[in-house]
Amino acid sequence: MKTMTRKTTTVAALAGAALLMTGCELPIGIETEQTGYRGLGMEQVTKRHLEAMKRSGMEIPEPERPAAAAGPRAGDIYENVKVLGDLNISEFNRLMNAITAWVAPEEGCNYCHTPGNFADEDVYTKIVSRRMLEMTYTINNEWTAHVGETGVTCYTCHMGNPVPENIWYEDSGIKHAGGLAASRMGQNLAGSNVASTSLPNDVFTPFLQGDGPQNIRVTPRTALPMGDNPYNLVDAEWVHGLMIHFSKALGANCTTCHNTNNFPEWQTSPPQRVTAWQGIEMVRALNNQYLNPLQPEYPDYRLGPTGDAPKTNCATCHNGFQLPLDRAQMLKDYPELNRVIHRGDEPAAATSAAAEPAGDAEGEAVEG
Amino acid sequence: MAEYQNIFNRVQVQAEPEAGVPLPNGDRERIGKPLLFYWAGKLGNAQIGPIYLGWTGLASIMFGLMAILIIGFNFLAQVNWDVIQFIRQLFWLGLEPPQAQYGLGIPPLAEGGWWLMAGFFLTTSILLWWVRMYRRARALNMGTHVAWAFAAAIFLYLSLGFFRPILMGDWSEAVPFGIFPHLDWTTAFSLKYGNLYYNPFHMLCIAFLYGSAVLFAMHGATVLAVGRYGGERELEQITDRGTASDRAMLFWRWTMGFNATMESIHRWGWWFAVLVPITGGIGILLTGTVVDNWYLWAIDHGVAPSYPIVHPNVEDPAMLQGMSQ
Repeated sequence: MKTMTRKTTTVAALAGAALLMTGCELPIGIETEQTGYRGLGMEQVTKRHLEAMKRSGMEIPEPERPAAAAGPRAGDIYENVKVLGDLNISEFNRLMNAITAWVAPEEGCNYCHTPGNFADEDVYTKIVSRRMLEMTYTINNEWTAHVGETGVTCYTCHMGNPVPENIWYEDSGIKHAGGLAASRMGQNLAGSNVASTSLPNDVFTPFLQGDGPQNIRVTPRTALPMGDNPYNLVDAEWVHGLMIHFSKALGANCTTCHNTNNFPEWQTSPPQRVTAWQGIEMVRALNNQYLNPLQPEYPDYRLGPTGDAPKTNCATCHNGFQLPLDRAQMLKDYPELNRVIHRGDEPAAATSAAAEPAGDAEGEAVEG
Repeated sequence: MAEYQNIFNRVQVQAEPEAGVPLPNGDRERIGKPLLFYWAGKLGNAQIGPIYLGWTGLASIMFGLMAILIIGFNFLAQVNWDVIQFIRQLFWLGLEPPQAQYGLGIPPLAEGGWWLMAGFFLTTSILLWWVRMYRRARALNMGTHVAWAFAAAIFLYLSLGFFRPILMGDWSEAVPFGIFPHLDWTTAFSLKYGNLYYNPFHMLCIAFLYGSAVLFAMHGATVLAVGRYGGERELEQITDRGTASDRAMLFWRWTMGFNATMESIHRWGWWFAVLVPITGGIGILLTGTVVDNWYLWAIDHGVAPSYPIVHPNVEDPAMLQGMSQ
């Protein structure tokens, strides 16, 4: 009888322990690469199963056959060719085919064009895609500090989807009873943007758009208080939420960009941080200059819960990779994308994205 | 050796529950009919109750209940009275302190007023529970060591939610109520004030915390190990040779050259435990008030070394472009 009890207890204890362990991650298939001075935890952690998961289903399309070098200009042959008119018709059709495969492989040409009348301007997707071509040109020519020589194509974000998988809308979360009840102050729900923490949920609205974005640099740069740091803990929570998005969007650790002994210090940071800084500036400029102004063009079902246009963040291109599309070099096969020019105009992206609006600090204060 | 032959054992004696010593004049009676509960006996004493509440206990429970109701109903309202969402989001929901703009003043209810009120009720409840602990110890003619240890914990609680926000000049620096929200607050605190690991009081706090665990394990293990010689009769044995206490002391003196005594080990334990919240609280009070960035402070004072720069030429791009992000 006693042995029975003891056996039962042992089995119950083992089963209980096993049950508790199901929430844990097996310590296998995890690789750690040192990226900085020893003993500082400067390392990149990669998990084999996550790396495999990110790559599953990702296909890099074969380049279209090269276009003929000569031929009449598309702008002279077709009607309403506003930004690609400088391409010859062979190049133009090559690019159209590529875009169809990249963006609307199932829907085909008719996703953006009226059947039988390709010149028709009534399909909203045509207006949007024209602007997207200009945006792609701007990214590849004015934001080389972020995209380097690799650059971007439509496929970087779209990956075969008419609407890229990772976009964002302004979002205040599930309904609040209102009245005298305490405000959530933009946080305290399981936030998918911030890796299920209860940090502020919509970290994009204050940081990644607008003329006076909220300041990201909240940590004092002096040992002692000088009375000149206007930020408090709540600001730090918003920044922390944004940083979690970066980390999740790139599959990167904090230490990819920061020496975590002192987050704000640039001198001891890895060089990736400079690239990331350019990325923040770029995303902000793209949202302000390209994506938000398209709001009136979209049908209602493409708009967010507050009626705003779909926008971009780091995940839109990165999709979990530190280098989008896992380093695939697609732009070099499509020189046509770098010849987006309004016919007879200056290059399309004359509205320089590099000149950041100076905007005073009226910024979107933290909600509430 | 059969377990019952050791006076220090896990055998449960089922008998008439113990009613407790008579109470001084003017005290209320202990309430509840005591009962013996087998599974409680697996963890501690099998007897449950009677309990002494008194007016401080009652008032403490009432105030505590008020705080919990305020927090709970605000959580419920934050998900539009949806009970399913309330359960799903329970660990994420939070009651946030007022924003900086309200300073130390009284904000509107929705903007932190409820937080202030819940904080008042919770603090009152905790302080009343302290009074009750102190007075119950006196009623049994005990020392008040437990009450003072609890006071140390209350000091940390008040440092986080009361003293430091007052020193900083606004309630927004205080901790929110909520499971994950208060954890997120903790990380944000370290990020905002330049890495709390470089705060020497944080270091002390951790040393005392881990030290407490080690001391507790050492003492517990030692006394259990000499249980067969009556090790629980710690003090009456310390002067004699061959007793449990003598063996326990010899064990440690032979393994590490030094031993605490059966008396001093309890002071070691008490001080280690009490110093956890005291050093922690001091570390909190200095953060943002006296020191703004702990890493830079630690570099200035030789606490942390400065390391070689592995990636040269990394410069703040905002400085290069003459603008700040």
